[in-house]
Amino acid sequence: MTLVVAADQLGKVFGTGSDSVEALAGIDLSIPQGDFISLIGPSGCGKSTLLRLIGDLLEPTSGNLLTNGKQPSQARLDRDYGMVFQSATLLDWRTVRKNVELPLEIMDIAAEERSKRAGEMLELVQLDQFGDHYPWQLSGGMQQRVAIARALAFEPSLLLMDEPFGALDEMTRELMQQEVLRLWRETGISVVFVTHSIPEAVFLSTRVVVMTPRPGRISAEITIDLPAKRDQDTREDPRYFELITEVREVLRRGEA
Amino acid sequence: MTERDDVIRESHETDVFTAFEGDLPVGGRKPSAIRNFSGKYLPALASFLVVILLWEGLTRALGVETFVLPKPSEILTSFVETWDTIWGAGFRTLFEAVGGFVMGVSAAVVTALAASRWVRFRDGMLPIAIALSATPIIALAPIFNNWFTITSPFSKMAVVAVLVYFPVMINTTRGLQEVDQRELELMRSVAASPNETMRRVRIPHALPFFFASLKVASALSLIAAIVAEYFGGPQDVLGQYIINRANLFQFPDAWAAILVASLLGITFYILILGAERLFMPWHVSFRTGR
Repeated sequence: MTLVVAADQLGKVFGTGSDSVEALAGIDLSIPQGDFISLIGPSGCGKSTLLRLIGDLLEPTSGNLLTNGKQPSQARLDRDYGMVFQSATLLDWRTVRKNVELPLEIMDIAAEERSKRAGEMLELVQLDQFGDHYPWQLSGGMQQRVAIARALAFEPSLLLMDEPFGALDEMTRELMQQEVLRLWRETGISVVFVTHSIPEAVFLSTRVVVMTPRPGRISAEITIDLPAKRDQDTREDPRYFELITEVREVLRRGEA
Repeated sequence: MTERDDVIRESHETDVFTAFEGDLPVGGRKPSAIRNFSGKYLPALASFLVVILLWEGLTRALGVETFVLPKPSEILTSFVETWDTIWGAGFRTLFEAVGGFVMGVSAAVVTALAASRWVRFRDGMLPIAIALSATPIIALAPIFNNWFTITSPFSKMAVVAVLVYFPVMINTTRGLQEVDQRELELMRSVAASPNETMRRVRIPHALPFFFASLKVASALSLIAAIVAEYFGGPQDVLGQYIINRANLFQFPDAWAAILVASLLGITFYILILGAERLFMPWHVSFRTGR
């Protein structure tokens, strides 16, 4: 089976000498194609750092890491992954459509193809009516959907999401979770999803990777054996609560 | 409509004129141009008239001599009588100001782009530039007159260019540098080259800084041109005209020329505001509601 992420004894130290901080140590992680993996843990556990190593936004200081079977830098240059940040990070001066087209412009894709692709992506995130709006005219949830459309516009095989719904209210958050699951099912993409919400991690993932801080380590990997098709009923499934409890206990043990 | 409603409506009204103010309230009703004009400009127009009338009244009542402070009516008479001379001088001065403005701004933009593209260039240049910007550059005017021949308008343009260069360069560099870290991460994640990041993120981000500095520069350019003219050169420009009329105790003439200078300055400023709106309609200050 192809692995979209293969980390072997991965470590990251920020700074040097006495000021250095060990953010990650001894990370072993394998993510098969098509999985939905959540990285969860308290702040400072290095989950965002791990995501940035996978995306070559940071470089590891030790160990080995392959993204999509390649060096992360190569995977980045090949545009193997799309990234969604905690804030939508839309460019103010571009319309919604032009924001989605941004990566396609950088790839030198012809204008006609760009606009066709952007149209499809906006339809996918159900914002096709808003192509000519500016980001500030949209709500937080809508902005984040534009960011997702942008990350998917060039059809990457991997989607990296860094607490993408952290700034949204609870209702919007649940809607966005449904949305992202639908996209995951429809596109067959692999997802690495950073969150600090236990229910969110359990609801979305095929596997939850629990991390503990100082230095950031993986303390457990919990397979989520909920039915593949998840909806509002899943949130009331007893198994859902059992798994939430299981993740919570692992997290609590990590703190002790 | 009650008076209260009126106030509320007014505070939500916007149009192209008020958009120049820079900070629009959010709200969307289309106003009538006349209503808006009266609401927005009447107070300013009224206070302007009051000042002029007070000026006229006080200079008359207190018997202030013309060589101390001419009456507005005297200035207006001179403004009309010397119309051709002062506007001719005004446009020659404006030519120097705009010429120097274009040169200074162009050089500033090129430097700012280089400074944000090459770190080493920035680290080497910027501290020197900031130090230089603190020196009173206008003091160079006599030297530039000597370098570029006193009779050539280029000697004045050079003073303007140098004076305009620093604020535009420093502000634009700041705008190009102070980009949201997350936007840079985004560009990296989609494998954008430094040039693409410059074009698609840094430059749009710098536009508000750039235009803010242009507004300062537009005023500076006329000041610099007129002061440079004080140091000598052709007689048919505003600076020399003002000096000559003042030496002959023709103060209303000098004031009429000053009026021309300020009208030119205001026009220049408004043109830049218009360009700002044209080039960054997306900016926060122009938003007119959801």
